[in-house]
Amino acid sequence: MSGENNKKDKRRFAGALGQGITHFFLILWAIIVIFPFYWMILTSFKSYASYNSEYVPKLYTLSPTVQNYLSAFTEVPLGRYFLNSVIFTVLTTAIMLVVITLAAYAFARMKFAGKNLVFTIFLSLMMIPNELVIITNFITITDLNLRNTFTGLVLPSVTSVFYIYLLKENFEQVPEELYKAAIVDGTSDFKYLIDVMIPVCRPTMVTITILKVIECWNSYVWPRLITDNSKYFLVSNGIQEIRENGFGRENIPAMMAAVVSVSVPLIVLFFIFRKQIMAGVSRGGTKG
Amino acid sequence: MKEKIKPWLYLLPAVLFLGVFMVYPIVDVFIYSFEEGYNSASQSFFGTGTFNYSYVLHDAYFLRALKNTFIIVIITVPLSTGIALLIALGLSSVKKIKELYQTVFFLPYVTNTLAVGLVFMLLFRKTPYTDGFVNMLLNALGMSTVDFIDGPYWAKMFVMCFYTIWVVMPFKVLILTSAIASVNQDYYKAARVDGTSEFRIFGTITLPMISPMISYLVITGFIGAFKAYSDEVAIFGTDLNSAGMNTIVGYIYDMLYGDSGGYPSYASAAAIILFAVVLTITTINLMVSGGFSVTGKAKK
Repeated sequence: MSGENNKKDKRRFAGALGQGITHFFLILWAIIVIFPFYWMILTSFKSYASYNSEYVPKLYTLSPTVQNYLSAFTEVPLGRYFLNSVIFTVLTTAIMLVVITLAAYAFARMKFAGKNLVFTIFLSLMMIPNELVIITNFITITDLNLRNTFTGLVLPSVTSVFYIYLLKENFEQVPEELYKAAIVDGTSDFKYLIDVMIPVCRPTMVTITILKVIECWNSYVWPRLITDNSKYFLVSNGIQEIRENGFGRENIPAMMAAVVSVSVPLIVLFFIFRKQIMAGVSRGGTKG
Repeated sequence: MKEKIKPWLYLLPAVLFLGVFMVYPIVDVFIYSFEEGYNSASQSFFGTGTFNYSYVLHDAYFLRALKNTFIIVIITVPLSTGIALLIALGLSSVKKIKELYQTVFFLPYVTNTLAVGLVFMLLFRKTPYTDGFVNMLLNALGMSTVDFIDGPYWAKMFVMCFYTIWVVMPFKVLILTSAIASVNQDYYKAARVDGTSEFRIFGTITLPMISPMISYLVITGFIGAFKAYSDEVAIFGTDLNSAGMNTIVGYIYDMLYGDSGGYPSYASAAAIILFAVVLTITTINLMVSGGFSVTGKAKK
C-alpha cells in the first residue's frame, strides 16, 4: 500500500521536475527572442551622451528621453519612408486582392475549356524561385522607365499563385447549390461573387490580406533594386540608408528609435490578428 | 459566345501579370545566361556560349559566396530544425502559459528583419567606445572579447547563423507544434496504459507521426537557407563582399545592380547555377524522405 503511494509520489515529483526543466528552457528561448526587442526599446530612450559614455552597456536607463524619436522623424526622412511603405502596401495588397479573387473565382466556379491545364500551369509556377525571375523583371522595369516609381515597385508583386490556390480551395467549399440557385434567379457571376462568395470567405480573405501586408512592409530586395532615389525608399531600405548615411554621425540611439518605429506597426497588427496570422502561416506561408 | 469569354476575362489580370513577370522572365533568364557580353544599354551582345557560366564559376567572389552559403545552410538547417523540435515538444508538454510562449516565440516572424538585424549588429559589435552586450557577457564568463561584426571569419559566421536561426524559428516551431497537436491522443493513452516510457512514446509514436512535417521543414529550410541574403545585409550592411560575407543571392544582385553591377548575363548564369543546386538538393531530400507523396501531403 505505502509502496504504491511512494511510487505515485515519485512519479508526481518527476512530473513536476520535468515541467520545471521544460519551463526553464522555454523561458530561456523566450528571453533570446525578446531581448533584442528590449534592447532596441531601451537604447532608443537613452540620450546620445549617456549611450556614448557607457563603455559597458547598461541594462536600464534612469533618464529616458524621447529626443531620439524626434531626431528619427526630423533629421532623416523616416516619415517619408513610412508614407512610401504605406502607399506601397495598400496599393499592392488592394490590387492583388482584386486579381486573385477574380482568378480564384474563375477556377472555382466557372466552366471553360482548358481549365485544368491552366490551373496546373499556375501551380507549377509556384516552384519558380523569385531570384530567377527578378533579373528580367529588373530589366523590364528599367526599360519601361519605371524605376523610382510606385508603378515599378508594385507591378511585379500583385499576383500570388499560392493565394489564388488558397482562395480557390475556400471558394469551392461554398455549396454549389447556392450558385445554381443564384444563376436561375438571373444573378450575374460578378454580383454573386461580390454578394455571396466574398462575404462567406471573409476569414480567408482577411488572412491573405494580413499576410500580404506583412510581406509588403518587410520587403527589401525588389525595392532596393528598383529605387535608388531616397524619395521612394520603403522602410527596409530607409533603415539601411539610415544605417549607412544616417544622422551625419553614428547616432545609435536615434537609429534604434527608427528601428522601433518601423517594427511597431507590425507588432500591433500581430497582437490584433494573432490567431488569423498564426493559422494562416501554418497553412503554408513561408517567410520571404 | 459571351459565356465562353467571361472566364478568361476573370483570369486575364492574373494571366497577364504572371506572363509578364514570371513566365517570360524564366525563359529570358536562360537566354541572358548564354549571351556573352550582353549590354543592357544597347541591348546587344557579341556571341552565345557558356562563357558566362565559366566566368562566374571562376570568380573568386562567387566561390566565396558559394562557400558562405553552404556553411550557412549546413549549420542553420539541422540546428534550427532540431531546436524547433525541442521547443515544440516542450510547448506540447507544458500545462501553463502555453499560449503566452507561443505568442512570444512567433514575434520574430512579424518583424522587419532589416530593422532587427541592426539590433543584433549592435549587440555583437565591439568598437573602441564600447564592448557591446555580448562581449560584456563573455567578459563576465571570463572569456576574451571578440569583434563579431568586423572581426574573425568564424565570429562573423557565428552571428550570421545565430541571426538566421532566430529569424526562421517561429515558422518551424509553429508548424511542429501544430503537427504534434494533431497526433491522435488515443495512441498516447494506449501507450500510457501499457506503461510505455515517455522516451519510447516519443520514438515510436510522436516522431513517426510528425516526420512528414519534419521533412517538409527540412526541405523548405534548405531552399530558404540557400537564398540567404537580406539577413546578411541586415547584419553586415550592403557591401557584403568587403565584409567577406556575401551569399549566392547577394552575388546575383551585386552583378545586376550596385557598384559592381550592370552584368545581367553573369547574374543570370549565377541564378541558374543557384537554381540547379537547390533543385538537386531538393530532389535528394525528397528521395531520402520517402518520395513525393509524403511531402505533397505535408504541404497541404
